Amino acid sequence: MSQSKISTDKLNLYYGAKHALKDITIKIRSNTVTALIGPSGCGKSTFLRSLNRMNELTDGVRMEGKVYLDGEDIYGPKMDVTRLRKRVGMVFQQPNPFPMSIYDNIAYGPKVHGVKNKEKLDEIVERSLKQAAIWEEVENQLSKTALGLSGGQKQRLCIARALAVEPEVLLMDEPTSALDPVSTLKVEELISRLKSQYTIVIVTHNMQQAARVSDDTAFFLMGEMVEFDTTARLFVHPADKRTQEYVTGKFG
Amino acid sequence: MVRYRTDTRTRTVEKAARIIFSLCAFTAVAAVFSITIYMIANGVPAVLQAGWKEILFSSVWQPAAQEPSFGILYVILTSVVGTFLAVLLGVPIGLFTAVFLAEAAPGWLAAVIRPAVELLAGIPSVIYGVLGMMILNPFMYRLEQRIFADSWTHQFTGGANLLSAVIVLAVMILPTVISISEAALRAVPPELKASSLALGASPVETIFQVTIPAARSGILAAVVLGVGRAVGEAMAISLVSGNAVNLPLPFCSVRFLTTAIVSEMGYAGGLHRQVLFTIGLVLFVFIMMINGILSSILKGEKRQ
Repeated sequence: MSQSKISTDKLNLYYGAKHALKDITIKIRSNTVTALIGPSGCGKSTFLRSLNRMNELTDGVRMEGKVYLDGEDIYGPKMDVTRLRKRVGMVFQQPNPFPMSIYDNIAYGPKVHGVKNKEKLDEIVERSLKQAAIWEEVENQLSKTALGLSGGQKQRLCIARALAVEPEVLLMDEPTSALDPVSTLKVEELISRLKSQYTIVIVTHNMQQAARVSDDTAFFLMGEMVEFDTTARLFVHPADKRTQEYVTGKFG
Repeated sequence: MVRYRTDTRTRTVEKAARIIFSLCAFTAVAAVFSITIYMIANGVPAVLQAGWKEILFSSVWQPAAQEPSFGILYVILTSVVGTFLAVLLGVPIGLFTAVFLAEAAPGWLAAVIRPAVELLAGIPSVIYGVLGMMILNPFMYRLEQRIFADSWTHQFTGGANLLSAVIVLAVMILPTVISISEAALRAVPPELKASSLALGASPVETIFQVTIPAARSGILAAVVLGVGRAVGEAMAISLVSGNAVNLPLPFCSVRFLTTAIVSEMGYAGGLHRQVLFTIGLVLFVFIMMINGILSSILKGEKRQ
């Protein structure tokens, strides 16, 4: 096994009285795609959001345990949350470009992190859009509003926007659930290409998608991580009966 | 089996209800329509008689003189400048309050501020005027005495000046600006803010670069409605602005379009009275323009 990029140690999370994550201990390998699967409300998105401290934005969240990025405690006192989020990017379920031009959407992150040079920004915008496989479709309309793009284009734009700050990890929260099948395929191809450079964690409730794009899969159920293994093994020879029932479609 | 009630009695009630609804709805339209007709019919004769240049572009207002002059240029300028300054002062305060309420305020504090803002909207405007008279004017007078201590030409106003009126107006537009911009800010999808934060932007960067731009048409609507409120206000500013026709300079007593009508309509007669209607017509045109701007903003938002 290659080196772990992110790991958690006995991560527990509570929404008020609700125990949403129970003793999650996981090692996510670098330059792989890790899928988090499980029925709605099982905690997979909550877990994802604890990896870049987005859970802190919700009122009444309490956490115990550790999350490490390259061995560094991300909830530790030395960790600057804006630096952390630059290193750990995120793509959301709903494609949500900012109400500005395509160019400004991509340049937003780098500008926030202090890139002012116009040529440098041009270069970042072009590189990011190319990486997200949307450059050809938008290169002649960079100054137009991003809100006019199709759903699939918007989502790839959001991926480009996340890539523009050169993250090390990309968290994706059901990135294709609002997209049509053709756009979904494009995003999946993109994910497979991006893993050579990034560590990707993707939440999905589409099991075929998990099987298609991921190297490792973790199965969540009612706040517990029931099983974590390579995707090939988890889908074919699950160790836990509940995993088997879920991946064969008995519930969920 | 369900039996549909199609008997005559039901149908008569339905028909009657529809007629009553239509009549009620028509009342509002009829009011706007008749006000428009009335304002034009009463405002235009003076323009024809005294000449539109004489009224709109002359600065001499001497309606009771031997050879009366009805120039309302200063009055128009006062309304424009006064409103502009009030918006300049009130909008930032209102917008930041709205940002605070929508984004930053802890629950208990928002629960104190929000009712206070609503109460502010409910206070009768004459109360604002009285408070302005008692608090602002004396303060302005002291300021005036200090600033113009060596001046030979300054006419002392006792503090009843443009600045006092601007401050009162700025406070009066706060509730409008705050509540409408807060609603606009709250309507920004939370994922948009989350996306910005997830890119490593700070909360303040997110507010200024994502949330406010995303809410801009709503905020613009708040500003326009604030302008409308400021232009139309009469009672409060008639008490604090000194009510003399002057060029709108900060420490001069001034007269607004609204206060011009209020202060003279009681005794004016003949052409003088008709010119006051013309002033009303000018005010009416301003308000119509503001509404036109507002509806085009809202239309533009829908298209997006």
